[in-house]
Amino acid sequence: MIRTILFAWVGAAVALAQIDPEYVAPKQNPHTSPADLKRGEQLFLGHCAGCHGPKGEGARGPYLARPKLRRAPDDAALFELIRDGIPGTEMPAGWAMIMKEVWQVTGYVRSLGRTAEEKVPGDAARGAGLYRTKGNCSQCHTVRGQGGGTFGPDLTEIGTRRSASYLRAALLEPEKTVPEGFVQVHIVTKEGKTITGVRLNEDTFTVQVRDLNGVHSFEKRDLKDFHKDPGKSPMPGYRTIFTAPELDDLVAYLASLRGAS
Amino acid sequence: MKRMVLLIGWAATAVGQVSYDRIRRADSEPGNWLTYSGNYSSHRFSKLDQIDTTNVKRLKPAWVYQIQAREKTQSTPLVADGVMYLSEPAGEVTALDTRTGRTLWNYRRTMPKGTRGCCSQVNRGVALLDDTVYVGTFDAHLVALDAKSGVVRWDTTVADHNLGHSITVAPLAVKDKIVVGIAGGEYGVRGFVDAYHAKTGQRAWRFWTVPVAGEKGVETWAGESWKHGAATTWVTGAFDPDQNLVFWGTGNPGPDWNGEVRKGDNLYSDCLLALDADTGKMKWYFQFTPHDVHDWDSTEVPVLVDGVVRGEKRKLVLFANRNTFYYVLDRQSGQFLAGKQFAKQTWAKGLDDAGRPIRLPNTSPTVEGTKVYPSVPGGTNWFSPSYSPVANLFYVAARDEGGIYHMGEAEYKPGAQFNAGGFRSIPGEEPAGAIRALRPFTGELAWEFKLFSPPWAGVMSTAGGLVFGGTNEGDFLALDAATGKILWRFQTGSQVKANPISYLSGGKQQVAIASSNALFVFELE
Repeated sequence: MIRTILFAWVGAAVALAQIDPEYVAPKQNPHTSPADLKRGEQLFLGHCAGCHGPKGEGARGPYLARPKLRRAPDDAALFELIRDGIPGTEMPAGWAMIMKEVWQVTGYVRSLGRTAEEKVPGDAARGAGLYRTKGNCSQCHTVRGQGGGTFGPDLTEIGTRRSASYLRAALLEPEKTVPEGFVQVHIVTKEGKTITGVRLNEDTFTVQVRDLNGVHSFEKRDLKDFHKDPGKSPMPGYRTIFTAPELDDLVAYLASLRGAS
Repeated sequence: MKRMVLLIGWAATAVGQVSYDRIRRADSEPGNWLTYSGNYSSHRFSKLDQIDTTNVKRLKPAWVYQIQAREKTQSTPLVADGVMYLSEPAGEVTALDTRTGRTLWNYRRTMPKGTRGCCSQVNRGVALLDDTVYVGTFDAHLVALDAKSGVVRWDTTVADHNLGHSITVAPLAVKDKIVVGIAGGEYGVRGFVDAYHAKTGQRAWRFWTVPVAGEKGVETWAGESWKHGAATTWVTGAFDPDQNLVFWGTGNPGPDWNGEVRKGDNLYSDCLLALDADTGKMKWYFQFTPHDVHDWDSTEVPVLVDGVVRGEKRKLVLFANRNTFYYVLDRQSGQFLAGKQFAKQTWAKGLDDAGRPIRLPNTSPTVEGTKVYPSVPGGTNWFSPSYSPVANLFYVAARDEGGIYHMGEAEYKPGAQFNAGGFRSIPGEEPAGAIRALRPFTGELAWEFKLFSPPWAGVMSTAGGLVFGGTNEGDFLALDAATGKILWRFQTGSQVKANPISYLSGGKQQVAIASSNALFVFELE
């Protein structure tokens, strides 16, 4: 009888507080044995890795292999976050796990942050310059409202969502790091107009697309050709554009972007 | 002034007595929609033909009613003599004038603190009998309301909501009783089908869907796993007056995704039950998915049709199951006659001669996750199929979607979820769906209309040669019932997750469908 509206589970989980004594999170994780950690890894691979990466390196969801997690400063907060999800985001409640299993995942996520923090060797200030000039990144992206592009994702918080190694890989080979749900489409209308862009929305009858010129909406019956290239990205690879030190600088700049303030 | 207008409207609207005999002969008065699936055979077919393949392009909204509850609705309204009875989430009811869409009365209900359920506080509809409206509530009550005023006549506790019981199903009025099922399969409750005396609210009978120690069928549960066996009954069944049998589907065994703790076939989970309408005694059962480990409830709508199968004229029950197989059963005996896959699946080689699925290896949930088609919502789900006696086709909204299934620990705590695992979508895949027309006696595909994503809306066919359906992206649409060609569509602005109906208002055919928090009513301009 399970259906897909996950947010409803948050309400159900709140109701559980009156029944399940384990629902009220203790400050310390009560399930921290090596067996718990192993089980937590298995659960993480099953339930979390699809969005956060097998090692918490980040993908569709933020990267977790760091000592401090912005939304979960301690074990109890992390436990509650996994249990309840984050309303208004793609992070669902961990409804499919019993409280013990939520603690086991909490322990595993914490263990990811105990690995040595990734070193980012470049100079962020120089990277900011490269972003604006040689990279011409603002043609497609915005940072804190600056830059003319809306074709690519907003990068204001990219440093909290992606690890430096992920950002480096995305700059070198963008098509290996295309986010879930991002689909490039190629359209030819019956009048011969051709558009390659990012799909904004689609239904049985219509499709909405954004390219560098703006937003377009089509009835599918008016198209001569419509195909999706889900693994493709309109972002160019920067392997031949930047030198290695420049790439370090740009990665350092992107990794430093942690929000509006 | 407004009150006066409403009073005038009310006076002009005759509230009739919806007798059992009228419901039994619902096919003879297509101007009304008297029971959940249109008739006791669950055809969800309208004999009205004012709107047809030639003029459906002129279909326009007549009015829209905004549902007051925060939750989205899955409700099928009923219509009797110019009044629409619409259930709203959690078990509230509104009566509407079908000409204007204006409210005649409301029944409002506050849920007690701590009410829980797996999948939001939905309600799928009401039952009508004589001058009373019957609704199940999310806190597991059955309530009888005066059809003229909405005043409560009686309010019966069906089960304890603190343990996870809830009622989301539209009740079925059968003779002098109200048949109702229960939800709560994700909480390890024990399922049942109940019948209540329509006049008093006293329980007439209960059929438990999971046997206890000493009863036949308990041997299909390892150890004491039957204690939290679920098999809930949350979708409205059908009724055959000639045989005096109620047909009702049952849900998944509990816990959902860890079959290790409940080895065996787990009767009567994932079954179609044939129950005596007077006593609740089971005449036969057919189990679609023995030892289900994927949460593929058989809580779909059974469709009763007579026809020639295997060279013999038979009384049949047709069933498009969440496990992706379409079944043709003899409804007098429960004998399996034919079956065919109608949606994408990777878990079974097919069905054997008795209709039992031939499972493929390595398809059970694991801790790390097992990729299987269909997904947890299945090849279809609670939303209704339709049978057109004119086209002689069975229509089903089909889902072609897979999922990754996880097994977890099974730990029962009263009132807490008892899933023992979970599921997620397959990364990088865009699942699709279709409205499919099947040959009713074989399940062979006659045509399909492809949908962008796996649907959650039921279908209705009409004598006007149309099939109405809906999409997740908000389209309410009409197809040619013979060919599947798209003839009309309307963008409602939100997911269509309900069943359509059709009836007459002031002599004019209307078609109604709920979409998110609104009910749209259409007629020819």
